[in-house]
Amino acid sequence: MATEQPKAGISGRGPVLDRLNRSSDFGKHEGAKWFFLGLLSLIRRINYDPVLLFFLMLIAAIGLVAGYSASDQSVIWVEKSAFRFALAFLLMLAIAQVPQRFFFAIAPWLFGFVVVLLVAVHLFGDVGKGAQRWLDLGFIRFQPAEILKLGMPMMLAWFLARRPLPPRFLDVVIALILVAVPTVLIVMQPDLGTAILVMTAGLFVLFFAGLSWWYVLGFVLAISAAAPLMWFYVMHDYQKERVLTLFNPMADPLGAGYHTIQSMIAIGSGGIWGVGWLQGTQSHLNFLPEGTTDFILAVYAEEFGLMGLILLFGLYLAVIWRGLYIAAYAESTAGRMLAAAISMTFLVYVFVNAGMVIGILPVVGVPLPLMSYGGTALVTIMIALGMLMSIRTQRSFLGHER
Amino acid sequence: MSIREAIRDAHINRAYDRRLNDRHLSRQIFRRRVLLAALIALLVFTVLLWRAAFLQVDRHEHFSEMAENNRTRTLVIPPERGRIFDDGGRVVADNVATYQAQIVPEDADDLKRELSMLQQVLKLDDDTLHDLKERIKFGRSFDPILVKSDLTPVEMAKLAQLQPWLPGVSVESSLKRVYPYRQLLAHVVGYVGRINVADLKRINADLYQGTQYIGKSGIEREYEDVLHGKPGFKTVEVDAVGRVVKVLKVVPPVAGQDIHLTLDVPLQGIAAAALGSYSGAVVAEDPTTGAIKAMVSRPSFDPNLFVDGISHKNYQALLNDPERPLFDRAITATYPPGSTIKPVMALAGLQYGFLDPNKKFFAGPYFQIPGDKHHYRDWRKWGHGWVDLDQAITQSCDVYFYDLAYRMGIDPMHAFLTEFGLGRKTGIDLPGESSGLVPSPEWKRKTKNLPWYPGETVIAGIGQGYMLTTVLQLAQTTSILAESGKRYRPWLVASNKDKEPSIELKSPSFWNDVRHGMFDVINSPHGTARRIAAPYLIAGKTGTAQVFTVAQNASYNAKDLAKKLHDHAVFIGFAPYDDPKIAVAVMAEHGGSGSGTAAPVARRVMDYYLGFEPKKTVKMEFVKHGD
Repeated sequence: MATEQPKAGISGRGPVLDRLNRSSDFGKHEGAKWFFLGLLSLIRRINYDPVLLFFLMLIAAIGLVAGYSASDQSVIWVEKSAFRFALAFLLMLAIAQVPQRFFFAIAPWLFGFVVVLLVAVHLFGDVGKGAQRWLDLGFIRFQPAEILKLGMPMMLAWFLARRPLPPRFLDVVIALILVAVPTVLIVMQPDLGTAILVMTAGLFVLFFAGLSWWYVLGFVLAISAAAPLMWFYVMHDYQKERVLTLFNPMADPLGAGYHTIQSMIAIGSGGIWGVGWLQGTQSHLNFLPEGTTDFILAVYAEEFGLMGLILLFGLYLAVIWRGLYIAAYAESTAGRMLAAAISMTFLVYVFVNAGMVIGILPVVGVPLPLMSYGGTALVTIMIALGMLMSIRTQRSFLGHER
Repeated sequence: MSIREAIRDAHINRAYDRRLNDRHLSRQIFRRRVLLAALIALLVFTVLLWRAAFLQVDRHEHFSEMAENNRTRTLVIPPERGRIFDDGGRVVADNVATYQAQIVPEDADDLKRELSMLQQVLKLDDDTLHDLKERIKFGRSFDPILVKSDLTPVEMAKLAQLQPWLPGVSVESSLKRVYPYRQLLAHVVGYVGRINVADLKRINADLYQGTQYIGKSGIEREYEDVLHGKPGFKTVEVDAVGRVVKVLKVVPPVAGQDIHLTLDVPLQGIAAAALGSYSGAVVAEDPTTGAIKAMVSRPSFDPNLFVDGISHKNYQALLNDPERPLFDRAITATYPPGSTIKPVMALAGLQYGFLDPNKKFFAGPYFQIPGDKHHYRDWRKWGHGWVDLDQAITQSCDVYFYDLAYRMGIDPMHAFLTEFGLGRKTGIDLPGESSGLVPSPEWKRKTKNLPWYPGETVIAGIGQGYMLTTVLQLAQTTSILAESGKRYRPWLVASNKDKEPSIELKSPSFWNDVRHGMFDVINSPHGTARRIAAPYLIAGKTGTAQVFTVAQNASYNAKDLAKKLHDHAVFIGFAPYDDPKIAVAVMAEHGGSGSGTAAPVARRVMDYYLGFEPKKTVKMEFVKHGD
């Protein structure tokens, strides 16, 4: 086993602390000295990945800048949003302190609990926006499916890590059943966006578990064959409409194609350098539906142009690559699979949202991580990123304890 | 160690190795797959950026244009229509602010409560309220929706009082075309109405964006270009639902020009009152300028009915009225001129040498074409005896003019009357003018494919038969007679004054021969219109236009005939004789005799125009008939 190498910036006693200790100024201010020392030791002790944190905060900052414009320059919106981001980052850091074995310990229980809840949603669910997604527990309304975006890769990573790898045929079948049952339940709600995210998260774990290429090829063929069946038996009319609209948005410019067209107009009018911050007209004039949520990328692309998109996509790519790097060097089998699956799910988020906004994917309600204004989605993403950091930093944490 | 043991150990070692190998292998696979995933991520972002570049670089211009169209709307500000004034500066077509209550549904706190309040305050019936609710349902929530138009001051006051409880309800003003003199000037001034498909074909639609009204008849139509003005534009920024966010640019409209008519409303009122219950027309013209001072056509209608769209019931009533109030009897209707053509015939006879003004002619009870048994009878059964030209005009001697016409023939007659302006439009600035008709053998062959009969020449000599004139043409003829050949095109708008070439006769004295005959019509004891002799000197000519032909041996008895079959009464005249200031033509349908019915009408008009009638009575009559 590789020996643990503590990272200098995180756990080593830095020159700053030494200087503070030596500083004569603190002789007069004992309280302040202890406060700073306490704070620094806390920062030193908490586990986090500075590279990931840096890129995430940059994206969040861009999200606030774009949101300020999209919200018609509402300072209140920015304050609320910044507060949410702060809470979300705190949540992420809190999760990062949790030992990763805890995630896998609760994984089967969480998974089972949510599947039961999904069934409950079908029986007692609250009808919101024409879809049965919400479960009202009296004090809080939440979407059980949302939990599965994390619960699914956790469950599969836990399960596959206990089996010989690469997975044997029987294990693959069991894993596929674990993926299929909740996915079907979510599709029936109907919530295609969440179902796609949950399913891909599970399949990514299988992929990283070393699934034989023959199986991968088999999946691709099976999905190709299933697509027409989905079209005729599973998908709802509004979902079909969105798909059809994708191929010809101009067929119904004020109906189904409206979102796509308005979004493409906003992006296209941005050009290479954009029309400038706060200068975007499409978003400010309500042409863009949900400018601060699902379609915030269009607002951003109009104002900052292609160059802005290159920057933003570069940051997302950096986050994903960092996540894959963490996975590649993670110690535990379950941890590395989970880390890789989380990174790729993050990619799916960005791709589905951006693809919808630039008009190459149908309109599906998937938010853009750290840019879209939204409650539960942000919480899920930040918990996932917290897990990623936990997986990254656990080695140094454990090494310290030893 | 036995072989068996050695084999077992080897098995165990191999299994251990394989487990180690498996772990190693799965890690190798994992790292390869992570690398693959990293490449997939790169590929995904490349695809996204490639697509974004396509939108933002290749199609940038296209989408920029679409964005611009998305964003700005051009709203039209319609111009204010020019007003129309009479000669005395009275407004005859006005723009009056009317007030309407409207509601913006999204601004209302409690729409249901507010609607029931509005129903009470504005006394809306249930149907109206139902209709209003429908319009609110299907309209856009931020667009004002009309609740009631033409609010009374009381209703406006109530709404103002209830304003705090009626958020979203507002009172807006708009301009409505109003004709204060209603029926009096309906045919001349005309009216405006909503633009329809037929109108769209004759106008530049760009100039009429946002305009409600367009001139449909009369001056309103003729001077549409002047009155309408030019619309202004407001470029505004709107959001996706069409709500105005910001005004970017305003080009103010250019209001239409006001028009001043030559008409005098009180004179018009006098003329209308003088005509009384007769259908017909009165046209008064200033012979020295061609200015039309009065132009009455009765019965009339209220043009205000047409402004905001006439109801089907009202329109049917107007169309089915046997008196045909919409028909303009001054310029569109044509009548046989009857004896009023005789002065012109006399001039033709003098001009072409068929008459010696002093030569006496024996006029018996009838005229016969040589070799024909038909009797062309005189209006006076016993005839007029020996008459010269002056007496022939004074007594309206039919036989004298039968003889003249027969000797002259139709062609010179046609030529002279046409030269005089009959049989063609006077060119007045009104739409719908008829040209009338001066018959000729050529015309008859063309339209009826029949030869011309000499008898038709004979009756044409007294203005019967095919000959047709408008009342305006009669007034114009009178003006030319009054001015001894000088003429102006009749005109309604003060700023225009078109002189037309004068009529030159072989001897200027011919004019006076005829004019003096007309003078004696009123001022000699034998004149047909001697009863209208006035303190000033009037010259004129009476006439009757035959509605039906009396059988050869029957006599004409007015009392026995239904009013419908009475002859039309005609009179033309000008005054003062020595310095003509006014020329009048009167046509009273089924009025019986020109002297008894039409001449007094002209007298009243002249009296007023020349200041011989006190203003007070005028006012009374004007109110009664003008309204």
